[in-house]
Amino acid sequence: MELVQPGIGLIFWMTLSFAALIFILAKFAWKPILKGLHEREASIDDALNAANKAREDMKALKFSNEQMLKEAKEDRDVILREARAIKDKVIDEAKEKASAEAARIVEAAKENIQYEKMAAITDLKNQLATLSIEIAEKVLKEELSAKNKHKDLVERLIGEVKFN
Amino acid sequence: MKIKYKGLSFIRQIALIVGVMIISTQVSFSNESEGRHLTNDEEVYDAGKMIIEHVIDAHEWHIMTIGKTHVSVPLPVILYDEGEFVVFMSSKFHHGHEEYKGYKLELDGENKGKIVNVESGVLPLDLSITKNVAAMLMSMVFISWLFISIARSYTKRKGMAPKGMQSLLEPLIIFIRDDVAKPSIGEKKYEKYMPYLLTLFFFIFLNNMFGLIPFFPGGANLTGNIAITGVMAVFTFLITTFSANKNYWVHIVNTPGVPWWLKIPIPLMPVVEIMGVFTKPFVLMVRLFANITAGHIIVLGFMSLIFIFGNMNVGLGYGVSVVSVAFAIFMGLLELLVAFIQAYVFTLLSALYFGMAMEESH
Repeated sequence: MELVQPGIGLIFWMTLSFAALIFILAKFAWKPILKGLHEREASIDDALNAANKAREDMKALKFSNEQMLKEAKEDRDVILREARAIKDKVIDEAKEKASAEAARIVEAAKENIQYEKMAAITDLKNQLATLSIEIAEKVLKEELSAKNKHKDLVERLIGEVKFN
Repeated sequence: MKIKYKGLSFIRQIALIVGVMIISTQVSFSNESEGRHLTNDEEVYDAGKMIIEHVIDAHEWHIMTIGKTHVSVPLPVILYDEGEFVVFMSSKFHHGHEEYKGYKLELDGENKGKIVNVESGVLPLDLSITKNVAAMLMSMVFISWLFISIARSYTKRKGMAPKGMQSLLEPLIIFIRDDVAKPSIGEKKYEKYMPYLLTLFFFIFLNNMFGLIPFFPGGANLTGNIAITGVMAVFTFLITTFSANKNYWVHIVNTPGVPWWLKIPIPLMPVVEIMGVFTKPFVLMVRLFANITAGHIIVLGFMSLIFIFGNMNVGLGYGVSVVSVAFAIFMGLLELLVAFIQAYVFTLLSALYFGMAMEESH
């Protein structure tokens, strides 16, 4: 029976000291402990969130890097293509210019030749005129000697004239 | 700095208490072989008496008996009798063999183990610091020191990983918070009840463990005492009752979903519900008391077997001791498990009752 008979003294001391224990521990132990736990959990959550965010940022950064690289490559290709086009154009233009110049030079040469030719012809004409006058002189001189001979002479002389 | 000082003062307090007890132990060595002893040498070994003496409360903390010399820690006796307080040390009784200031410690009969006024024969109001009160106070000082020093490391090492004692007990604190309080009471209201639930859990758990230590300063069957478990059950009952909302009382007085003829004219359901309000803490009290006491009785029973058989034949006693010790070790391991489970169950059920008291109508 003693087992199930609660002692008054024990009940008294237990009530008093258990209430005191709850009060003391609540104030000096559980409050800082639970607060500390809560704070630590919050800081771990924050750290994990920050890490996740950093990872996302890294991903975005990597993506944008790749994007930039891709764009740069495209730009390079465009530039190279343009440069090639410009080069071709320059070469073409140069060729055109060169052929035009060549044509011009040929033209000029032709003109020059023509001119020289004309000059030569004029010269020739002048000489011919001079020759003609000389021939005429000679003819006139011959005429005085032989009439037929004149004609032969003229013909011979004319045949002798060579256009150079 | 202030907290640090407090922690140190707790260590000092413990040292002081232990020191005083050790000194007084030596003082109370009383040689009783000189005479006036009623028992004779051929005293028959009574297992039942031995076991009961080990699991009940006492006015002195008996450590061991060598021959006829009792080694025990005397504890203060505080009596309130005829309008005045009487205070003296329990060693004055000489283990019940002497009267002091007109009081004696009954050794037999109806009032066995109680202090009786010799003249009037009545039992005075006994507020003595008994073995269990002393064990309880010591365990409370220990628990306070333990958790205040842990709390200090939480404030000192803010946001850092737990260390030492802190990392040993933190899983239990988180277990009580996340697996007991939160699911039973609810996310919103659990915080208010955390101090009580944590105190309850660690008080029961640590005292269950101390109770398993077979010698001083452990060995007091504190959580196996019905007064201790009863007070804790009353605390749970009071907190449940005071945190109850309207819905809880409506459920008791006018239980919904029950045929009307169970309520009128004979209020059958309200009577059952009101009984339930009281049986819940009553069951809490009995469960813890019975589990812990039963465990102690079984271990003591195995130990008694050695002496029972030893009294028949010394050789038989040695033979049985092997089996008994093996079973006692097994029981001890089981008791370690029970120490945790019973603390957990008491805390969990308390939390569930709080949760039920605040449940909203659905």
